[in-house]
Amino acid sequence: MNGTPAVEGFFDPEAQALIGSKCTGCGTYAFPARQGFCPNPHCGSDTVDLVPLSRRGKIWSYTSASYQPPPPFVPSDPFVPFFILAVELNAEGLVVLGQAVAGTEATDLSVGREVEVVTDVLFAEEGENKLVWKFKLVEATK
Amino acid sequence: MTEPKRVAVLGVGMHPWGKWGRNFVEYGVAAARAALEDAGVAWPQVDLVAGADTIRNGYPGFIAGATFAQALGFTGSRVSSSYAACASGAQAIANARAQILAGLSEVALVVGADTTPKGFFAPVGGNRTDDPDWLRFHLLGATNPTYFGLYARRRMERFGSTAEDFASVKVKNARHGAANPNARYRKEVTIEEVLASPMVADPLHLQEICATSDGGAAIILSSVEFAKAHGIKPLVTIDAVSTVTPVYPNTTIEMPNFATDSSAAVPLPKLGFRPSITAAIYEEAGIGPEDLSMAEVYDLSTALELDWYEDLGLCGEGEAEQLLRSGATTVGGRIPVNPSGGLASFGEAIPAQAIAQVVESVLQLRGEAHGRQIDGATVAITANQGLFGHGSSVLIRR
Repeated sequence: MNGTPAVEGFFDPEAQALIGSKCTGCGTYAFPARQGFCPNPHCGSDTVDLVPLSRRGKIWSYTSASYQPPPPFVPSDPFVPFFILAVELNAEGLVVLGQAVAGTEATDLSVGREVEVVTDVLFAEEGENKLVWKFKLVEATK
Repeated sequence: MTEPKRVAVLGVGMHPWGKWGRNFVEYGVAAARAALEDAGVAWPQVDLVAGADTIRNGYPGFIAGATFAQALGFTGSRVSSSYAACASGAQAIANARAQILAGLSEVALVVGADTTPKGFFAPVGGNRTDDPDWLRFHLLGATNPTYFGLYARRRMERFGSTAEDFASVKVKNARHGAANPNARYRKEVTIEEVLASPMVADPLHLQEICATSDGGAAIILSSVEFAKAHGIKPLVTIDAVSTVTPVYPNTTIEMPNFATDSSAAVPLPKLGFRPSITAAIYEEAGIGPEDLSMAEVYDLSTALELDWYEDLGLCGEGEAEQLLRSGATTVGGRIPVNPSGGLASFGEAIPAQAIAQVVESVLQLRGEAHGRQIDGATVAITANQGLFGHGSSVLIRR
């Protein structure tokens, strides 16, 4: 997908994965990535690696943005309501927020359903796509 | 058990909540003057002004203590200004209480006020890509109600709560607030009306999410010795204040964060954040939930009030809906919650709100909460949390 991340450092648009930090001392993850210190109070390490996080997780909870959020959100015109998911990444022990891709219906959503990270357009500015991570439902295999 | 570290509440005052559109300083001054009059204390007797800050009203809001002190007329008092988002008022109370207990202050004014914009709270302006509060709006469109909606949906999935359960919280609080002259909304509502209001953050409707309001609240604190020497009756005291942070890893998604802490390498703490706030205050006061006459909790949404029932230990996990339905949390019930009408009836005036919770508690304990009075109330608790990890709880007793 053509474009550049709306804000650098949150995700890798090619790999379609969130970028977190992992402490070299204790293995604690953080998202967004922490630079220069570990958030574990019992650790004290100041060395962290940037790592891609699991691309798949399970819905912890979800809600809608039924009204247009205020700036610095950049709305489509007209505004189209969307869903925001909180997704549990098992290996990292994290719950992460992200928008659901356009077209996701309320009836598709339930706690525990599997989703994956995809790169999508957040908004376009001066003809260039600004990219963000979003969550897309993984179709259940029969 | 050690003796609680008590300070006296000499007086309380408020400026009514609404959408008045005037300078926030006016509301704070009105609340402070009302509290001084209620206390029978002259302004020059106050030797400490503890202000609760607002970030939405320019520099005067960031240094609220000095702003209000100057507005009331500088007297050379000590001054402090605290910011902790929704917990700012509790920080100001904690600061004043600590200085009184340390013998540095005898009579303190705690005051907070706000003027708010219409609609959603938005972050401070600029292109601030290092501020999670700015980033969550920009990258996710995640407003405050987004987080309330996530908690509410989670509650439904875990405990089978229904939309009617959540709406019933609003019905109860609207009934309480209808009797409160300082409340912004003073009209009773029905479950049907609540559920017919527009969806904002599924499963929460407009009438289930607290509005943003203008308002001001103030209390006058002193040493217990000062209160006794001045014959203050009944003697109402603050016995404990909790301003704790979460314990890592906090696995609840909190405003304004993009993610929870990671539990990959560190075991979970014994208590999550909200229950840890109240555990700290019960321990400090040497009491338990069974000793409470009432609670004022932060009902940013209807569903969140139910979470607080459990976090306060008023009932077990998953039992809040049953407690609500039993009528226990309505005035006249076993443990009324938000007799003031709560945020549902007030809307949020951020730096004033934690102070307003104490104002209602004091009025109830003095038997002056006309039209919504809890018979024989003796022990009140407030509970709240501020953005970025600020616990807020105050224990008040007569």
